[in-house]
Amino acid sequence: MKLPPFAYVRARTVDEALALLGEAGEGAKLLAGGQSLVPVLAYRLFRPTHLVDVDSVTGLDGIAVGNGALEIGALVRHARLERARFDGAHRLLALAASHIGHVPIRARGTLGGSLAHADPAAELPVAALALDARVVARSSRGEREVAVGRFLLGPFTTALEPDEMVVALRVPPAAPGSHAGFREFAVRSGDFALASAGVVVACDEQGAVTSARIVVGGVEPVPRRMSDAEDVLIGELLRADTIAAVAGAASVSCEAVGDRNVDADTRRDLVAALVRAALIDVQAEVAA
Amino acid sequence: MSEAASGPRWHDPDERVAVEVVLNGLPTTLHPSPRWTLADAVREHGLTGTHLGCEHGVCGACTVLLDGEPVRACLVLAVQAAERRVETVEGLADGDELHPVQAAFREHRALQCGFCTPGFVVLAAWLVEREPEADLERVREVLSSNLCRCTGYGPILAATLAAREGNDA
Repeated sequence: MKLPPFAYVRARTVDEALALLGEAGEGAKLLAGGQSLVPVLAYRLFRPTHLVDVDSVTGLDGIAVGNGALEIGALVRHARLERARFDGAHRLLALAASHIGHVPIRARGTLGGSLAHADPAAELPVAALALDARVVARSSRGEREVAVGRFLLGPFTTALEPDEMVVALRVPPAAPGSHAGFREFAVRSGDFALASAGVVVACDEQGAVTSARIVVGGVEPVPRRMSDAEDVLIGELLRADTIAAVAGAASVSCEAVGDRNVDADTRRDLVAALVRAALIDVQAEVAA
Repeated sequence: MSEAASGPRWHDPDERVAVEVVLNGLPTTLHPSPRWTLADAVREHGLTGTHLGCEHGVCGACTVLLDGEPVRACLVLAVQAAERRVETVEGLADGDELHPVQAAFREHRALQCGFCTPGFVVLAAWLVEREPEADLERVREVLSSNLCRCTGYGPILAATLAAREGNDA
């Protein structure tokens, strides 16, 4: 399908992009790597009148580490995240990125684009929520930080104002002794995930869990923490029976949505299997 | 729409934009409208080896290299390729001499109808050059990007593995 018509401009800086976005008015949309937006255009699911191309804007492609925290620029591509050497729980970003689409998709797609597009099945929002990260949004009015849990409002819906642009993701320091696991299920490799699970777990020297964040994606309208499952895990050793109980709790407490791909009950089963598998990955790391 | 003195300029939907690229090593000016994909633009330029299958990023038949990385040319606007290097399947062979991956595809009968072949060959050539040590799992993972409805993939996998081994020698 050929794309519908739109006016186009390429911005070189964030300030330029924000000015152009404001100038173009309501029908305008930012374009970065285009791996979601271009198919959306092809299907005519959305018909922007103007595209502001931010793909080559300068200064948004860095990964900065300071006092253990990460600030990742919005234009960092999935392929770069996948190869990045993160410590502890931050590895979740690399694990999640490695599951996105295929190699050519990951060569183009961007972190900011994935967050702003807010596909319920997307991997990076799951990782960002599990890592308690904050989205940095900028407009001509200034810059603000929004916790990922408050940023993701629904399928393809975020707290981003029409004149705002995602410029970075801020990830707090990984707890000492923290580990990450990410699993997803798709019918074929590279397909949209029918469900995913991202876990961040910290253990003390005896191996008892001191903190846990368990997030499922592709199951509800937005990724969500499974607090009941986290509560089951806190204070426990990562043993098979505990892991099974945690996975069961996540499966029971998720409000799985059925669609034409898979029914809600199957999604619940997937949640149990994926949370279990992600925790087994963590268990293997702790034991190593 | 107003235009800042030295700021970037809006291009109208039906405007032809001069887009400078290095296409298979040659400085080239493409003339796409904003809504043309990179695949549209290289085909309009006469390089019809890049095939358009699904035109929404699923099949990989349009795979080209953009600044040395494999991309789906149907998911990149031609205007976004400005000032970048673009390599298409036409850039692989050296005159009449096939690229080792092309030769391996022929040797292993890794094509039947041939529609998906340009995308696979570009992707496989990138992999063999970039990651000569790629193991079977990695080769499978990378090739899973593209769809073939004839071969059942076995010959494509075999050809890519053989080309990779040839690379090592």
